[in-house]
Amino acid sequence: MASGQALQTMDPRTLLLTAAGTAFCFSAIQSITISCAGLMLAAIFALRWTPSWQLLLQRLFVANFFILFVWLTVPLTMPGINILTLGPLAFSLEGITLAVHITLKCNAILLIYISTIADMDLPTLGYAMERLHCPVKLVFIFLFTYRYIYDISNEWKKLQTAAKLRGFSPNTSLHTYRTIGNMFGLTIINSINKSHKVYEAMLLRGFNGHFHTTAELKMHNHDIFFILSFFTVLLILLCADLYIIYCHD
Amino acid sequence: MHISEGVLSPVLLSCGYVLTAAGTYVGLHKADYGRLTTAAVLASFFFVASLIHVPLGPGNVHLILNGLLGLFLGWTVFPALLVALLLQAVLFRYGGIAVLGINTFDMAFPALLCHCLFRSWLCKNNIFRIAGAFCCGALSVAGASLCTAAALALSNEGFLTSAKILFTAHIPIMIIEGCLTVLIVSYIAKNRPGLLGCAQS
Repeated sequence: MASGQALQTMDPRTLLLTAAGTAFCFSAIQSITISCAGLMLAAIFALRWTPSWQLLLQRLFVANFFILFVWLTVPLTMPGINILTLGPLAFSLEGITLAVHITLKCNAILLIYISTIADMDLPTLGYAMERLHCPVKLVFIFLFTYRYIYDISNEWKKLQTAAKLRGFSPNTSLHTYRTIGNMFGLTIINSINKSHKVYEAMLLRGFNGHFHTTAELKMHNHDIFFILSFFTVLLILLCADLYIIYCHD
Repeated sequence: MHISEGVLSPVLLSCGYVLTAAGTYVGLHKADYGRLTTAAVLASFFFVASLIHVPLGPGNVHLILNGLLGLFLGWTVFPALLVALLLQAVLFRYGGIAVLGINTFDMAFPALLCHCLFRSWLCKNNIFRIAGAFCCGALSVAGASLCTAAALALSNEGFLTSAKILFTAHIPIMIIEGCLTVLIVSYIAKNRPGLLGCAQS
């Protein structure tokens, strides 16, 4: 099985554009045949670039909860031709078709995500966003948010351990909610205090809203070739979809 | 609460992006870097809170807390939630890039509305503070689930019943979020009133 090393050598902007392009293109597809073709292409792409198919399936499983909700509701509630009845449950053809279509599109997009940006280092993603002309302030929030996730998570774990040591066992009671509310409040206060200290220290060191990085982002020829070929495939899929929807009949 | 990729129509996805872009532009324009630091901390808190399960009856629910963010951040709630949802999409594959616009708008817009309606209540007496915090927490979740349900129903008529189920399933979360927002705001009012922005009163 090929590893994802070749994709990791590409410029992060290439991978970000690939993921975004796929998401928008596949969302626009209306024909179930083209969605099926899209999923097959995405699966080939993902199997080529991800280290193992077990990891791929595991990641897909986690991300398919909303699709499970769609399957549990849409075929049973969407009006249309009844094709299967199991006791009080009646499945409509239109509902099943819609659920299948959504499942195909969603998983095709997820497969490309998993192969391109799922393993990307988040600060690198932030710098890629900046180089793609995202607002500097938005990139600042992105990088700071990423930085504080670990701080807040550690703070929360510390408070949880302290509560457990005092015999706190969560259940559906006012005491539990009050304790959790206080723990949340304390986490927010401590984190905001810490963030202000960090920001003041940054100001003292001449921070002007822009983060400097030693990571070099450079578009190589193979990046441009990859983007051009990938977007050509997406364009072909879109044209085929338009042909099937508007001209085939 | 997140809508997955491939579910909504391209028209709705575009509308979501346009509205979120407008909200984010205003949010970023109004905030200086000091305020953005607070926004980033609260965005991280939103991210971590979504992984924490709170007991409810025999099961448990995970929190949203968009109302709490709205209460503290105002317009800056748009960029804060945009970033938090982007991180969730990249790290956990919840939601996605194409639906990022509509998912952000669904959560940020009700939070902003609640901020405009109830923010001033926090600086009045205790009863107003409790009522304001509860309404902000509960109505933000109600608004978010209503917007998500509306997006689903507008995208395809087949989702109409699913949208109703989605909204109904969020009713217990609205109550829990309302109560927790009251408790968090009360704790902050007692221990660090300056954060509420009404210390002098």
